[in-house]
Amino acid sequence: MAEQQPSSAAQAPRKLLERLPSISVLGPFVALLLAVIFFSTQSERFLSGQNFSLILQQVLVVGVLAIGQTLVILTGGIDLSVGFVMALGTMVMSKFAVELGLPPLLAILCGIAVTTAFGLLNGLLITRIRLPPFIVTLGTMNIAFALTQIYSKAQTVTGLPEALLFWGNTFRLGETVITYGVVLMIALYLLMWFLLSETAPGRHLYAVGNNPEAARLMGIPTQRVLLLTYTVAGFFYGIAGWLLVSRTSVGDPNAGQTENLETITAVVLGGTSLFGGRGMILGTLLGAIIVGVFRNGLTLTGVSSVYQVLITGILVILAVTADQLSKRRS
Amino acid sequence: MELNPLPNNPGQFPLPRQQASAPARPRPVLEARGLVKRYGHVTALDGTDFELREGEILAVIGDNGAGKSTLIKALSGAIIPDQGEIILDGKPVHFRSPLDARRHGIETVYQDLAVAPAMTIAENLFLGREILRPGFLGRLLRLIDKKKMLEEATSSLKDLKIGIRSMSQAVETLSGGQRQGVAVARSAAFAKHVVIMDEPTAALGVKEGNMVLELIRRVRDRGLPVIIISHNMPHVFEIADRIHIQRLGKRAAVVNPKKISMAHTVAVMTGAMSPEELSPEELAN
Repeated sequence: MAEQQPSSAAQAPRKLLERLPSISVLGPFVALLLAVIFFSTQSERFLSGQNFSLILQQVLVVGVLAIGQTLVILTGGIDLSVGFVMALGTMVMSKFAVELGLPPLLAILCGIAVTTAFGLLNGLLITRIRLPPFIVTLGTMNIAFALTQIYSKAQTVTGLPEALLFWGNTFRLGETVITYGVVLMIALYLLMWFLLSETAPGRHLYAVGNNPEAARLMGIPTQRVLLLTYTVAGFFYGIAGWLLVSRTSVGDPNAGQTENLETITAVVLGGTSLFGGRGMILGTLLGAIIVGVFRNGLTLTGVSSVYQVLITGILVILAVTADQLSKRRS
Repeated sequence: MELNPLPNNPGQFPLPRQQASAPARPRPVLEARGLVKRYGHVTALDGTDFELREGEILAVIGDNGAGKSTLIKALSGAIIPDQGEIILDGKPVHFRSPLDARRHGIETVYQDLAVAPAMTIAENLFLGREILRPGFLGRLLRLIDKKKMLEEATSSLKDLKIGIRSMSQAVETLSGGQRQGVAVARSAAFAKHVVIMDEPTAALGVKEGNMVLELIRRVRDRGLPVIIISHNMPHVFEIADRIHIQRLGKRAAVVNPKKISMAHTVAVMTGAMSPEELSPEELAN
């Protein structure tokens, strides 16, 4: 019926349809706002600058890991090696600095080089041997975990030099104490947002995720785009590792074990489609903060941590359902 | 109307008299001679010839297995023929990939359109060929010039009279015919020599199919010869200037749709009638 009426009647639904993407971007915003309002009414301590700074510090590591995860998911892949690769990176950083006595910055670079190499390995296996990302990263996840345990002999490393703890330094903004790490995370998000939306390689990443065959036919080097994506993701896992040791002041071989699902949660809650090619990197930041807000708010209102896990699980299922439904509609 | 000798033509050389004497044959743009392609024991192309001329719409038809799509794949660089030569603008060419053919100015509109549905029309038009910002930053960071891409997308769709208001809307919000329009506009904008269209109206309704036929005519009228592969005989007869009939890996005949009947065409295509039985005026030359 609407098709028959040319002017105003047909325009209204058409306009709404064009705006749909922005609604999917608004979704996480609304969810975050509702959560903040809800927890404000439940706990007096919730709504304060200091508490928000704490939330940001708590989501810092997952937030930076999730940048890499977002890139991978935008190409239609998935990375299950995230947290374990980061853990290997932190062990290399801390042991190279403390036990080999390398200059701290060099040790950090070595750690980041290792995580980047793992990203490259993921990318090579996926593009050259054409294995599914799910299986490849499941494999490298185990390899990274085992290497971490073997190399560290399951011992934590303490007495880290100042440079490794750099991102834990703080400055004051009015009453609120903010760590350098939080600033770095936000800066990295803004940088990636800019690169993804304003550069040709950024748009190619979306195209490869949205329709790989079309991208290939239009002359986009799809395999190179994928390889670069996994490698850059590995680089971010290294940065996240540095942030982790800055926060905890130790090299912990058992770190990173829950981060896999948490990064995927952040990406999905942030409105990025698991089918690839759709989503916004800044949404992932919101997604990570949503998880942080729920954790923090539930803790403040005295809900046990098991329920926090339960609620995170429900949130993910809801977000994936929304993703699936919107795919079916289009 | 008399031609005034221009001041910068002092030698008074006789100007080339185009199309003056007799109906000069239009220049061939893309030719193939004796193309052979075998897949194991199967001979898909058995020494086929092909000729596309300036300013025409050439339809390629054929039964399943006649080698029609193998021929088109060879012309668009998707396969490399075992024998024979392909000649573009009088020069032999060897396409190693579809990208290679594109660099030579041959654009293909694929049956599934090859668009990224979640991306905007402007982005799809320039997919893989983004306009970069001028200067150092554009080259180093490969920053794209979104504004210019929007402007050029708007003007190339306007040129082809494709009525879409906003170039920044996602392709998935368009109807099937409009999507086809975007894919055709993309090819027309970048093709320097030839546009190949694979079943452009197959997935469309009557109204949208007609819209796309009109669009194909506009592409031809802008000076780009078009090869169209189609199973839809009424559409072929409505739009083609000449029809290339492919049969058993060879070119059986090239016919003139203005003179030949659809029944004769189908008879030649299926082998019920031999091309020699056609009258001379049914053939295109």
